[in-house]
Amino acid sequence: MNAKNLKYYAFMFLAPALISIFVFFFLPVIASFLISFTDFDIYSLNHPERIRFTGFQNYSKLLNDPLFWKALGNTFLYVIVASPLSILISLIAAISLNSKLVKFKSVFRLTFFMPVVTTLVAVAIVWRFIYHPRFGILNYALGLAGIEPLDWLGDPHYALPAIIIMTVWKNFGYNMIIFIAGLQNIPDYLYEAAILDGANKFQQLRNITIPMLAPTTLFISIITMIGFFQIFAEPYVMTQGGPLNSTLSIVLYMYREGFRWWNMGYSAAIAFVLFFIIFVFTLIQFKIKRVT
Amino acid sequence: MTTGIKKIILTAILLIAGILTITPFIWMVSASFMYDGHASVYPPRFFPDVFTLVQYEKLFSHLNILRNFFNSLFLSCVITIISLFLNSMAGYAFAKFRFSKKDKIFKFLLSSMIIPAQVTMLPLFLLLKQLHLLNTYFAIIIPGLANIFGIFLTRQYIYSIPDSLIEAARIEGASEFLIYRKIILPLSAPILTTLAIFTFLGVWNDFLWPLISLTDSSMYTLPVALANLMGEHTKDPELMMAGSVVTVIPVIIVFLALQKYYIKGIMMSGIKG
Repeated sequence: MNAKNLKYYAFMFLAPALISIFVFFFLPVIASFLISFTDFDIYSLNHPERIRFTGFQNYSKLLNDPLFWKALGNTFLYVIVASPLSILISLIAAISLNSKLVKFKSVFRLTFFMPVVTTLVAVAIVWRFIYHPRFGILNYALGLAGIEPLDWLGDPHYALPAIIIMTVWKNFGYNMIIFIAGLQNIPDYLYEAAILDGANKFQQLRNITIPMLAPTTLFISIITMIGFFQIFAEPYVMTQGGPLNSTLSIVLYMYREGFRWWNMGYSAAIAFVLFFIIFVFTLIQFKIKRVT
Repeated sequence: MTTGIKKIILTAILLIAGILTITPFIWMVSASFMYDGHASVYPPRFFPDVFTLVQYEKLFSHLNILRNFFNSLFLSCVITIISLFLNSMAGYAFAKFRFSKKDKIFKFLLSSMIIPAQVTMLPLFLLLKQLHLLNTYFAIIIPGLANIFGIFLTRQYIYSIPDSLIEAARIEGASEFLIYRKIILPLSAPILTTLAIFTFLGVWNDFLWPLISLTDSSMYTLPVALANLMGEHTKDPELMMAGSVVTVIPVIIVFLALQKYYIKGIMMSGIKG
């Protein structure tokens, strides 16, 4: 068959997927960008002719919106606290499970992985009751250790940490699996040479395991951070963003503005700020990798 | 420290971590078999003193959760099947065909994976509203027809299938679609299984988009139905736990049955990335 014909078939194989991605992904991205520069709201929903181009008004309004800053700050807290915590626990779990001393590895691996596959909304509801100030099993367990009961989701100081604990429980198994794959790729002779040189376990960890895992860790930190930047269902189900907006996230704020109050221009601007932040963070992480 | 003590300490740590991980599930299942109010006592009960299925009866007879279960199952299956075909066809084209700007298009697709899906939701909502497709199955199926991650995953795998197999089939006079169907699809069965689990679980567990695009409770998928139920039954942990069990059981079954492929897929994405 000649080359021209093969090109025709290549097109036939590509077209369905690429057309649907173009129409239902790339076009909406562009449309969303344009909408973010308009005053598109509930009044123009059925009268598109009323939509006006307002330049950077939505963006400048965002800068003066305390609720947006609150949501942004909370989201950064989710990212900055939960990502390292989740990555650290995944790493410890992966190294423990990779040890030759442990039996029933597959059972442990399966157990740690179980929260990852389960439906977020369902487990968020389960945790809502676990955190119940009077009847929750967490306060009961803490009570056994002599700790006073906390109003986990009702107190603005504890609500965000409570959600972070839940998300770490939900997600650490995923990164653990990737770390295990990374650990299995480290050649044994590196450790054998280190042992010959008299390196102890801690030195091996610091000078072989951690550096050899650097590419894996970069990948994991990027996907973990992107995930936490988009946190939505946890605060939606567990606290509705409260108390006192202490758990409000960017995506939850975007959802409320866009689909509760129908301020679509404003909501699109919030979505683009989120995109911009994720973009910058990913870029920074790649730069750090190139430097080190 | 002797190896024996190390072994005991390590196993103890893992055991405690394992118990902590599994406890929410045990409590969920156990509370779902309790009568109203039996999970709201102090000290909390870990096991029902009287076992009952009354919460499940409520869910299925009064709250019509079977309908939501069917919606979730139907949508997950349909999207998985369609997207497997579309993604693997595109993946095949990127892996084995030569055409102009191929690498550029592929790189562009890959780099656009960092665009968060939330950015597309407003215009998608407006588009589907124009087409009168909101609150229908199409509202969920259309954005899920194909995805860049699926194209990437299948492309990487199909790349390793030897060209000679495809060439030989061409010389034998097999049509291009026959080659795709009889050679490419069967040989990429492992990656297609992996992708199928990813897609199925992704659709089943998805929340934000169904929440936006489905407005009628009979159209809700399980997570949306559950979140909605939570609004009315904040004080009924037993009922909510039964709802969570119904939502979670199918994904656990799919995962346990096909965990090998799922875990391999995650490991692959980690190494390639």
